[in-house]
Amino acid sequence: MADNITFHFDVHGDNFSSAGEASQLVKKKLRQLGFTPDVIRRVSIAMYEGEINMVIHADGGAADVTVTDEDIIIVLADRGPGIPDVELAMQEGYSTAREHIRSLGFGAGMGLPNMKKYTDTMTIDTEIGVGTTITMTVKHKA
Amino acid sequence: MQNYKHSVSLDVTKCKGCTACLKRCPTEAIRVRDGKAVINSARCIDCGECIRICSNRAKRALRDSIDEMADFKVTVALPAPALYGQFDNMSSVDYIIDGLYKMGFDYVFEVACAAEMVSAYTRIYLSRPDIKKPVISSACPVITRMIGMNFPFLADNLMPILPPIEVAAKLARDQAMKDHPELDSSEIGIFFISPCPGKVSYVKNGFAGDKNNVDRVLSIRDVYFRLIDIMHQDKYPEKSSDSGMIGIGWAATGGESSAVFNERYLAADGIENCIRVLEQIDNEDFTDLDFIELNACSGGCVGGTMTVANAYIAQARLQSLKRYLPVSPNRPTDTEIPHQYFTDEKFEYDSSFTLSSDRNEAMRMMNDIENITASLPGIDCGSCGAPTCMAFAEDIVRGQTNIDECTIIMRELFHEVLDQRRKKVLNERIGHSPRVSDKEEESQ
Repeated sequence: MADNITFHFDVHGDNFSSAGEASQLVKKKLRQLGFTPDVIRRVSIAMYEGEINMVIHADGGAADVTVTDEDIIIVLADRGPGIPDVELAMQEGYSTAREHIRSLGFGAGMGLPNMKKYTDTMTIDTEIGVGTTITMTVKHKA
Repeated sequence: MQNYKHSVSLDVTKCKGCTACLKRCPTEAIRVRDGKAVINSARCIDCGECIRICSNRAKRALRDSIDEMADFKVTVALPAPALYGQFDNMSSVDYIIDGLYKMGFDYVFEVACAAEMVSAYTRIYLSRPDIKKPVISSACPVITRMIGMNFPFLADNLMPILPPIEVAAKLARDQAMKDHPELDSSEIGIFFISPCPGKVSYVKNGFAGDKNNVDRVLSIRDVYFRLIDIMHQDKYPEKSSDSGMIGIGWAATGGESSAVFNERYLAADGIENCIRVLEQIDNEDFTDLDFIELNACSGGCVGGTMTVANAYIAQARLQSLKRYLPVSPNRPTDTEIPHQYFTDEKFEYDSSFTLSSDRNEAMRMMNDIENITASLPGIDCGSCGAPTCMAFAEDIVRGQTNIDECTIIMRELFHEVLDQRRKKVLNERIGHSPRVSDKEEESQ
């Protein structure tokens, strides 16, 4: 069994055009590791949604993707405002995005639900005023 | 994929081994080895970016020769609509059609006419409830190859209708066969007049399998220089064009989309921009769109590397050429898309990117790549022959190069050796190492 590998990325805030860079690079890495297109796509979409969220709400943050023998673990950590009501935030269509962000086409309230949809597990660790850490896993072993 | 025939090739005698094409290649398919560029056939998508950027003219687009018309008993010219934008002060497409007959072609079948049929079938296709949207145009072969190689999930979004070149070739062959029942199909030569090497590769690799009806591909540039000698504008030509606004519009970006008669479309051009759009669709962005037109060349087909005129000037000329033409004189009356216009082309996911078929081995290699990348200068200078430090690290791990090729690391090593040697020489001559200067002492 080989050692786990972790890819670390800094996600910069307030920059929509660069959001998605990390997920794109992860896609390339997972491809080099020989994962199936399905696994790669699930990781990529979940991560992309998370990156956009960090840009919108938290002025950026950090993304760490760890490849283990069993699964791919995505940890998105920010020092943003925190999520006051996680259950509400998980509802499809619920959004707190400000108008200028919605006008850019973001903030449709599908970010968190999509992240959950494309991953096998997802936990949200959040504290008001401190930040949010979202941990998602995608299993790659059948 | 390994046997893929490319139409972008390198003239080794002209290549100086600079880093221009290396840095421009969108798929990182180029390396410089032993001072010359090498194209990795498995990754090249024939976009022509390296041809555009090479100032030594070392990259060429392969195509067939006009002289090969002699190999056939009956010849058919299939001019791409981009050809029409190449000529200055031309009042009608008729002169070009007439010129092609004067060149010796027995038939001229305009790809623009076929494009109008494809537009009509696209509208029918988009109205079907059972399709995956957004539908991505399959007209640009560079884009379809890119999708096949890198975006397996978008392959189902590609429009499964034959591209105009193929529809034109098929109709042209049917007509020629009907008029010449005495001839074998192999005695009829269908010559596509192409704006780009991407279309050359498309034909050489038989993209649509047995439906591929094009025999030879000429470049617009070669045909242009033949045509300007024989086209006469003093008297009105005998032969005339059958294209309308829609067909000619396909030559430039937005033309194909506007013919869909649906505002929920996106049209992008330039290979880097197209890749960005594909990445975002792959991430399920742009879900509100019905149709996506992507052209690898800036400006669309008029921007192809085998054209003569500036893409935007060509586009402006096309605007005036099509102004008084009917919208779409080649509209089929079908309400369903005839089955022969569907393509069943399937894409195979390309695994050439995988480091090793053994996951553990791939993980170890990836670890090495990460560690080597971290130790490299990160300036992506290209001197090592790879486009980025990360690509260089991958090449090292794959055993295709070695770390000495990094000029920055080499320079450090060289200074270290020099320093040791200087100390040794001085030690031998004066009995001690050189004194540390004040300046160096400060910095220490």
